[in-house]
Amino acid sequence: MRGFRFWGLVPAWGLMVATLMVPLVIVALVSVAERGAYGGFAWAFTLEPYKEILFSEDWDGNLVFDPKYLAIIGRTLALAAATTAICMALALPVAYVIATRTPRMKAALIYLVTLPFWVSMIVRVYAWLIILGNDGVVGRAWAALGGEGTLLFTSGAMLVGMVYSYIPLMVLPVFAAIEKLDPALLEAGADLYASRWTTARRVILPLTWPGLAAGAILVFVPALGTVLEPMLLGGGKQMMMGTLIQSQFGGARNWPFGAAVALVLMAMVVLVLIANARRAMRKEARA
Amino acid sequence: MTRGKAVEVFNVTKRFGDYLALDQVSFTIHENEFFTLLGPSGCGKTTLLRMIAGFETPSEGAISLFGTEIATLPPHKRHVNTVFQSYALFPHMTLEQNIAFGLENLGWDKARRQARVAEMLEMVHMTPFARRRPAQLSGGQRQRIALARALAPEPKVLLLDEPLSALDLKLRQAMRDELRELQRMTGITFIFVTHDQDEALDMSDRICVLGKGQIQQIGTPSEIYEEPENRFVADFIGETNFLEAEVIAVEGATARVRTAFGFEITTFQKGLTGPGRATLSLRPEKIGMEDQAAGNLLTGTVSAKNYMGGYTHYTVDTPAGVLRVSRRNAVSQAQSYEIGREVRLGFRDDSARVLAQ
Repeated sequence: MRGFRFWGLVPAWGLMVATLMVPLVIVALVSVAERGAYGGFAWAFTLEPYKEILFSEDWDGNLVFDPKYLAIIGRTLALAAATTAICMALALPVAYVIATRTPRMKAALIYLVTLPFWVSMIVRVYAWLIILGNDGVVGRAWAALGGEGTLLFTSGAMLVGMVYSYIPLMVLPVFAAIEKLDPALLEAGADLYASRWTTARRVILPLTWPGLAAGAILVFVPALGTVLEPMLLGGGKQMMMGTLIQSQFGGARNWPFGAAVALVLMAMVVLVLIANARRAMRKEARA
Repeated sequence: MTRGKAVEVFNVTKRFGDYLALDQVSFTIHENEFFTLLGPSGCGKTTLLRMIAGFETPSEGAISLFGTEIATLPPHKRHVNTVFQSYALFPHMTLEQNIAFGLENLGWDKARRQARVAEMLEMVHMTPFARRRPAQLSGGQRQRIALARALAPEPKVLLLDEPLSALDLKLRQAMRDELRELQRMTGITFIFVTHDQDEALDMSDRICVLGKGQIQQIGTPSEIYEEPENRFVADFIGETNFLEAEVIAVEGATARVRTAFGFEITTFQKGLTGPGRATLSLRPEKIGMEDQAAGNLLTGTVSAKNYMGGYTHYTVDTPAGVLRVSRRNAVSQAQSYEIGREVRLGFRDDSARVLAQ
């Protein structure tokens, strides 16, 4: 049995090493390499790519502080945070309504929530391109209401796309948390003179907090690295970290810089996960 | 002394889809009364309680609380509180916060709230536990906090949904006395739902026996036990022997019947109008055995014996059918009758009840 315990895990370890550790090490190595003359990279240790995130060379070749990439990082964080917040606000009532239906209805509604996953993400984001476009339903309504300019290629358009893409990842854990609630607790709230709103705020919300936290991680982390929405709905005008990385490996042919930004992005994700784990542990200790 | 009407239920019907849970139920609960809704599971007692609390609305009919119609009011606008079967204490709040929750929603100021919470904790002997959370309590302690939380807002009526069913036997007995005491102390009308006849008989001022969505009988515990309205009540409350009987004549509250034993008796009847077939209900402890046999006498053979500590149950085969007889194990070592032994039995006319079939 001891042998199996070791050998049984070998496929898992093999997969982790081959698909996660090796690529990660390669990216880390590239991030401290020099830019190749025709794209790619050349082996030589340098921290230039990381400096490039904060500084740029002026006409005289001096390094000066340049916040243009910081702005991209800031926008990425802000959009991911906004996406998470909006998803939370929308998912709570949706999950509550689903969790309080009959079992048959519940299964059907949960199926509907996951339905978008059956269609390729690219197709779904393209759909928003049409909906928000000048000839689209929302675009026309916007124009009819006297709105100026196009809705597309703005931060707002990206936000709409991101909320749409990631909201199922929020609804599912929140639904699970609400479904676990003893319905008698909600009745107890009403019985003790709490309006629906007070019951929601003082009973449902605190007790579904673990579900919301799980959903926040599931939404925030991929939202940080999102590429499709900024590319299609942001029209490439609104650069985000995902699109920045992509452009560096693609058009700009600056692999080391792209790798450096990728590692910064990953560090941000790891920080969020650590913060969440600490919070969960503190909570565990209290209970 | 005439007492005010705390709750009036008038012609209430409740349907869940095609299922008729309650059928045209009407009754009145008086102020300061310990009123019990008793019945087997599925009889509609919990549905009735939930309609008074506001968690369900009647399909038809009216419910009033101290003269005010409440059948369509949401639960948070009714001045009644509930002790839930699962207690439903808020797990993320301390006991203090649990008790204060209702008071905050009613807009009590902080000083008044604190005083009331302290008073409630004192009342249920839980003061040292004020800062704990429900998960740190035993079942009996949770029960007490659930009571304190429900009584804190000074409800006009307290609703209790099988609150003792989750407790073990000893604790259940102690909580019965505590509940009864609390009811006397606070003077609040209690509506208690249970399927446990012992609880109902022990605690209630009046009992409403529900069965098949209808009221079978309302009365004091002794009325329910001694003068059951029909077969359902006689069968559900306590144990009884049902025997076939032939009605010879009905005279008001009494009837003369020919029993399955061959002799005729005259006793109290319910639900009979004239001659015909009827049921005789005879409680096991109303039948005397050997030295205690009196009245109408018959003989039988002991076919089973169950020693229960305080008393012994005998099953006796008689020519007219099987009778269950219960005999107290009295002051000195009681005489015991072995299986196979022939015994003399006897019962008085007026300890039997004649009921419609």
